Amino acid sequence: MEEYKPPALPSPFNNTIPPPILLTQGAEAHLYKTTSLDPSIPAALKIRPSKPYRHPILDRRLTRQRIISEARCLAKLIREGVSVPALLALDWEGHGGPEGGWGGAWLMMEWIDGPVVRVVLEQWEAWMKQNEGSLDESQIENEEARVRGLLRKMGSAIGVLHKAGIVHGDLTTSNLMLRPSADAGDAVEGTGAPSLEGDVVLIDFGLASHSNQDEDRAVDLYVLERAIGSTHPRSEPLFEALITGYRDSYKGASSALKKLEDVRLRGRKRSMLG
Amino acid sequence: MASSLETISVAHLPLMPVHVALYRDVQNAAFLKGQLLDGQAEFEYAFIDASMVLSRAQVIAAVFRAVNDYMHNRLKSHNVHSEIVFSLNPTNNISESFRRFGITDSTKDMLVVKVSVSPEITHESVAAHLDSSVQGTPVLFDDQTLSEMSDINKIKKAYKLGALPSPTAKKNDEAKQRLENSLLSSIALRGS
Repeated sequence: MEEYKPPALPSPFNNTIPPPILLTQGAEAHLYKTTSLDPSIPAALKIRPSKPYRHPILDRRLTRQRIISEARCLAKLIREGVSVPALLALDWEGHGGPEGGWGGAWLMMEWIDGPVVRVVLEQWEAWMKQNEGSLDESQIENEEARVRGLLRKMGSAIGVLHKAGIVHGDLTTSNLMLRPSADAGDAVEGTGAPSLEGDVVLIDFGLASHSNQDEDRAVDLYVLERAIGSTHPRSEPLFEALITGYRDSYKGASSALKKLEDVRLRGRKRSMLG
Repeated sequence: MASSLETISVAHLPLMPVHVALYRDVQNAAFLKGQLLDGQAEFEYAFIDASMVLSRAQVIAAVFRAVNDYMHNRLKSHNVHSEIVFSLNPTNNISESFRRFGITDSTKDMLVVKVSVSPEITHESVAAHLDSSVQGTPVLFDDQTLSEMSDINKIKKAYKLGALPSPTAKKNDEAKQRLENSLLSSIALRGS
């Protein structure tokens, strides 16, 4: 099979030394690690390449709209002091490719050093499985309390996001990161259990939008609840802790949580009947 | 007068070194502004009122924005240097950006930026010209020195960030980081 070649980097990143490193790619965007404007500080570079199969005018307009919407959401959250990566630079009309014409849009963000919550919970669940036999009841309780603590922090971070008037639109444990505090190790001393300490940072606002509606907030929570249910079965029964953290984080939380009960009954999509 | 011109290699722009000098107690701002307004080519600089500058990062973000727009033929103003002043502004109004961020006849603390857009512009040539034209005390272009010059309330007003907490004198506090990050987003998003 031919090796996959990502599209050419838009200018000026085609001149960057050393070249940005491709980390992940989705249907819409490629994520690179590079440096910020200060060469000693790392940064994340999100590129939305042009899609040659789309009509060029439509392609430009859609790409521009989406990258600007993401950047505006980030900017708002930064102003509000919500824990998200800083927006360092942006070009909604990137140039690249062989002719140097339209080459997609890009957005440069602060590099968040830390694992995504998905990895943290996976590690914890694997560690629990491995050590189940040797843990007594109080140790298990202690471990579950640690995960509850993490879930509470996640709930609180989502509450602060919603309070700022933004809904995420794609909340999963891959879009929440855990930035360890400066002095923390990566395992709990003595036991080898993975560390769950740190600040929760929300990332990827590609599908985010401005909304203060309980319905949209409830769907955010519901999507995350379902994601945890399917990827972290051992943590799912502890989800209530996330709800607790959310409830205590802002005034409108309880009405959004009431809505969550409706959404649970019917699923993410609202009935279009009647 | 000892020169304190710093030449910065902004990441991603290896071909365009950026020369920056910060001055205190400038005596001839009116003359420099006059030369600029007369369109004297050798006075083509970004002359910035340092009281409107919070940090290095803010300046470098504006320089990057201006140079990136310059490289892609999207300048909204005359040249890359006026564009740097314009890039500091959160809105699309060019004359407003000069009123807010440019120098006035009475400016005392001044930041000067020059981009090597042609090979004749070198650290030596810029240093020599500034030494002979600017009457002021060169000081280090760092966050500490800038913090002694910046007018936080004026900056917050220009960027419409009145609701944000003001940074205190303490170094690297949270409020300053939040304000700086807010400025960087405004610079990146201008005109969107």
